[in-house]
Amino acid sequence: MATVDVASLQKKKYSRWGAIIGGLAIALFLSIVVCIGIGSVSISVERIIEVFLGGGTRGERQIIMNIRLPRILLGALVGAALAVAGAAMQGVFRNPMASPYVLGISSGASFGAALAMIIGISWLPGKFSIASMAFIFCFLTLFLVYSIARTKGGYVPVETLLLAGIAVGAFFNALVSLMQYFAGENLAGIIFWMMGGLSSTKWDDLLVILPMIILGTSVIWALSRDLNTMMVGEEHALHLGLNVNNIRVIILLAASLVTAAAVSVSGIIGFVGLVVPHVIRLLVGPDHRILIPASMLGGAIFMVWMDTLARMVIAPAELPVGIITALLGAPFFIYLIISRRRKMGW
Amino acid sequence: MKLSVQGVSFCYRSEDVVNDVSFDATEGQIVGILGPNGSGKTTLLKCLNRVLSPKKGTVFIGGVDNRERTRKQIARQIGVVPQSANSSFPFTALDIVMMGRNPELERFEREKESDLQIVSNAMKMTNTSFLADRPMDQLSGGERQRVIIARALAQRPQIMLLDEPTLHLDVNHQIEILDLISRLAREERMLVIIVTHDLSLAARYCDRIILMRKGRIVSAGDVTQALTRENMANVFSIDATIYYDERIGTHNVAVIGAIREGRE
Repeated sequence: MATVDVASLQKKKYSRWGAIIGGLAIALFLSIVVCIGIGSVSISVERIIEVFLGGGTRGERQIIMNIRLPRILLGALVGAALAVAGAAMQGVFRNPMASPYVLGISSGASFGAALAMIIGISWLPGKFSIASMAFIFCFLTLFLVYSIARTKGGYVPVETLLLAGIAVGAFFNALVSLMQYFAGENLAGIIFWMMGGLSSTKWDDLLVILPMIILGTSVIWALSRDLNTMMVGEEHALHLGLNVNNIRVIILLAASLVTAAAVSVSGIIGFVGLVVPHVIRLLVGPDHRILIPASMLGGAIFMVWMDTLARMVIAPAELPVGIITALLGAPFFIYLIISRRRKMGW
Repeated sequence: MKLSVQGVSFCYRSEDVVNDVSFDATEGQIVGILGPNGSGKTTLLKCLNRVLSPKKGTVFIGGVDNRERTRKQIARQIGVVPQSANSSFPFTALDIVMMGRNPELERFEREKESDLQIVSNAMKMTNTSFLADRPMDQLSGGERQRVIIARALAQRPQIMLLDEPTLHLDVNHQIEILDLISRLAREERMLVIIVTHDLSLAARYCDRIILMRKGRIVSAGDVTQALTRENMANVFSIDATIYYDERIGTHNVAVIGAIREGRE
């Protein structure tokens, strides 16, 4: 029997993680640069670099610095946020079907955002008004869905979780529609936001959501070892000295914060939080210490390309990116259901 | 390390599940907590490491009240092998055993050389080293149970609690696991507490027995003192005798038949 050297296995794992993060980071950087060049006016990579170095024509500067770059960066942030939120929820619920969209959390957040947008109710003033309301309703929805779905032993069956998500999501969607019905002159803007789009991004949007996403993601990543233990089972985690209830609430709060940040600027963009962590998990395995940062990068890459697609498909007009992610994500969701039917588990 | 349980009670809602339980135990012993389903064994076990907080009474570990320790500190004293060993996630066996070091690690701290050494030893003792890079969901029930025991060992506990460690195992694996546990108790001078309803295995491996029924201790003592014909009839409604079996060099229980309930 071959003796396995624990230390070398561990070292191999960490260097693999380093390579994955490095690879994804490079892929993200390249994606951003390439996608900046794509559009109604295509710009070569050399010109893009020149503009970054302070050169270029006024037209190029205008297109890159004021239109494409903020939009692409916002897309990357939103993608990263949704993917991290999805990965965290899948871990907490020990359930591969969880994601902000599927569980109706995004709908709850959009209701909060719509309250602020249409009626002007909020508990924070100024540019945080929409995002803060989205956060409150995001967390309330998440807790509501969780309370409905949770059984006595702390186990959350897939069926009840999904059903609770559908019901709660439908309720909040109806409330948002109701508000739209009475919205009057704001209607077109609200509808486009609801469909999930990144058009007309301003640098200001980035500044609002960046701190929320950094805070939420850091909290989730800091608790990733605990998430691992909780995935083995609630009882196991308790016996290893974890305060499971507190940690669960903190992670759900952080996931709400991140989801709310994404929803408040881009409306409901579905399936990113479901698809990306899944694919990343196939690549890196179940350990949240790598799954969280890798999902973040993966979500950013995914979103940058999806949004570029949204800009290009029917150019010069553009589609809300939520339509594209749903068109790609829904079949993937169906595939998950079918493969789960064959093999229970992850 | 001495464990002292004094007057512990626990109730779910208004129903008493554990009622005024007291006992003492010291290192190197294997103590079996026996009783039929619903007798409060598992609940009592969870009260020992404060996964459940007793409604009344106190648990002392090494003379210190459990309530004066944080949950993490308790996890450094007490390792637990829980009943559920279901796992449909692809963590490797090494990942799982490494989790046993969590109570010692700070939030962002990486495992140190010494942690790796402890994990490596725990896996050697349980004969799971060769499984290190295999995903848990591809292991057999007995292998998985051994990995969970290795994880509990990696906590470097002085007390180890096992909840029905043989429940879902084939007979050969039952013996293998209990041989391992009794060797650990002797060699590592640990206090091992096993919850089980398997009379033969308890008689064979335990030094002391605590018999429970409806949340109360019915009898406690040496194997032959606790597992009398009368007690077994009383607690399990069976007609059974304990005898010395020279083929295994220890005690065994022969179950002769069931006693129909409602007839005294």
